[in-house]
Amino acid sequence: MSAPSTWTIAGVRQALRTKKISARELTQDFYARIEHRNPELNAYLALSPERAYAQADRVDAAVGRGEALSALSGVPVGIKDVISTRGTRTTCGSRILENYTPAYDATAVERLEGAGAVILGKTNCDEFAMGSSNENSAYGAVRNPVALDRVPGGSSGGSAAAVAAGLAVAALGTDTGGSVRQPGACCGIPALMPTYGRVSRYGLIAFASSLDRIGSFSTTAADSAAVLAVIAGHDPNDSTSAPVPVPGYAADLEKPVRGLRIGVPEEYFGPGIDPEVRAKVEAGITLLEKLGCQRIPLQMPHTDFAIATYYIVATAEASSNLARFDGVRYGLRVHGATLGEMYRKTRQQGFGAEVKRRIMLGTYVLSAGYYDAYYLRAQKVRTLIARDFADAFQKVDAIITPTAPTPAFKLGEKTSDPLQMYLADIFTVTGSLAGIPGISVPCGKTASGLPIGLQIFGPHFSEGCVMQLAHAFEKAGGFSI
Amino acid sequence: MKISREDVLRVAELAHLELAPAEVATYREQLDSILTYVAKLEELDVSKVEPMAQVLFRAENDAHPELREDTPRPCAIADAVLSGAPDAAKPFFRVPKVLDR
Repeated sequence: MSAPSTWTIAGVRQALRTKKISARELTQDFYARIEHRNPELNAYLALSPERAYAQADRVDAAVGRGEALSALSGVPVGIKDVISTRGTRTTCGSRILENYTPAYDATAVERLEGAGAVILGKTNCDEFAMGSSNENSAYGAVRNPVALDRVPGGSSGGSAAAVAAGLAVAALGTDTGGSVRQPGACCGIPALMPTYGRVSRYGLIAFASSLDRIGSFSTTAADSAAVLAVIAGHDPNDSTSAPVPVPGYAADLEKPVRGLRIGVPEEYFGPGIDPEVRAKVEAGITLLEKLGCQRIPLQMPHTDFAIATYYIVATAEASSNLARFDGVRYGLRVHGATLGEMYRKTRQQGFGAEVKRRIMLGTYVLSAGYYDAYYLRAQKVRTLIARDFADAFQKVDAIITPTAPTPAFKLGEKTSDPLQMYLADIFTVTGSLAGIPGISVPCGKTASGLPIGLQIFGPHFSEGCVMQLAHAFEKAGGFSI
Repeated sequence: MKISREDVLRVAELAHLELAPAEVATYREQLDSILTYVAKLEELDVSKVEPMAQVLFRAENDAHPELREDTPRPCAIADAVLSGAPDAAKPFFRVPKVLDR
């Protein structure tokens, strides 16, 4: 059969239930699309057809026996390549893990598959999730399916491009400073970063442990809710995962948004923001007001310090986490006469320029004599940024901002200036530092057709309310405003 | 400049990175630009602020993750782990000679 160009999770379930298509046929259909589009987009780094077809056949057998479908039965998904998949190469976009195949699945992957999802393969990303354009992947840049001369955003650029191009119904990404939300904005799809601790990080190869979160890409807010309902919840294998009950997100989606108080912080609309982005996000806020939300102006005075804080905290944690890549236990080893020489040669050849830059910066800010001036000070400013949010959530139920200051930029445009690249995350790192959830939803396009993202933040564990607003915004036509 | 050539070399040594001479100059320039930018944190008075050591949300009923019981469990993964090593001599990882005698 000829499949619709954009599947949703509900659409897949309906088609399977009414036997319009089998899970195997759907899987074949997606692999055919990938074969056709991936050479141009470079969104997937590895495919796992054996695993996918085995799972599809299990779903078809269950349908044949007349069993009830699971939440994600037969849904084709992509997994960012920093998330471990048993038996499928997991490179983190790095040469140092070029031949690494994990012996276990990340908890999020295990839960997706347990709910019936079909894992198509691994998606491209910036090396160790460090980047905002996907240009730091050792396996080549990803192209934005909306505009092929543009970046898809990063670091989860492959996952965003795959979903936007119809090469997966949903995908997992990871967000440390904006790496799910910003590529979602660049590619024009919903992209959810849950609360820190909401989704287990077990099997996520760590970049910055106090910031890293697994999140999702999908084509509708309802699909974001369906994926989160599966992957959320406490995991004894991650001591930072929160033992907080997971509500029924799907039921909350349809609740009216009338009366919700939405905060609009002035610091996110200052100079430096693209005028078309500002205009569309303003129009998006007006739409939410029409739906009955109450707009409340906010001031969040420490916003301007977030990038500086983030790049100290994140690189410090990265320098420690990436110390494990030394050629001893996994991945690349470059021969050296001594143990030290082996470490140095392996890391020199295995890591790309941005990863080395961040390891150096992180090592510097943690080193004797500089710790107090940089790392300790940044941890204190992090408290102030979190406090800005805590104070704001005394007055509002959610905060609305642009996701990124500009639409997707051109490939190569920012690669020569690391600091300019870092500033692409200026509106996303704040929520990362505070540990709160956020979603980026499409909010129209620029005159030249580039997607714009509107970001919704909520208090800790308020994903239900955040997605409720996203869903109401989508139903009211906000995605194409 | 906030960072000297010697600082760059010292940091590279601490981080077990071997830099080519051209990289030393590039990293010095880039790290200097980043450190100059992050110096804006000095504008804030943080003398009475506690560092954010934990992100973890604590509900009012103190629903923090409990440490799990320290119960021994079978863990027969040695073969799978060693099979991914660049140079394994079961049950060990082999590395260049460390002690000289």
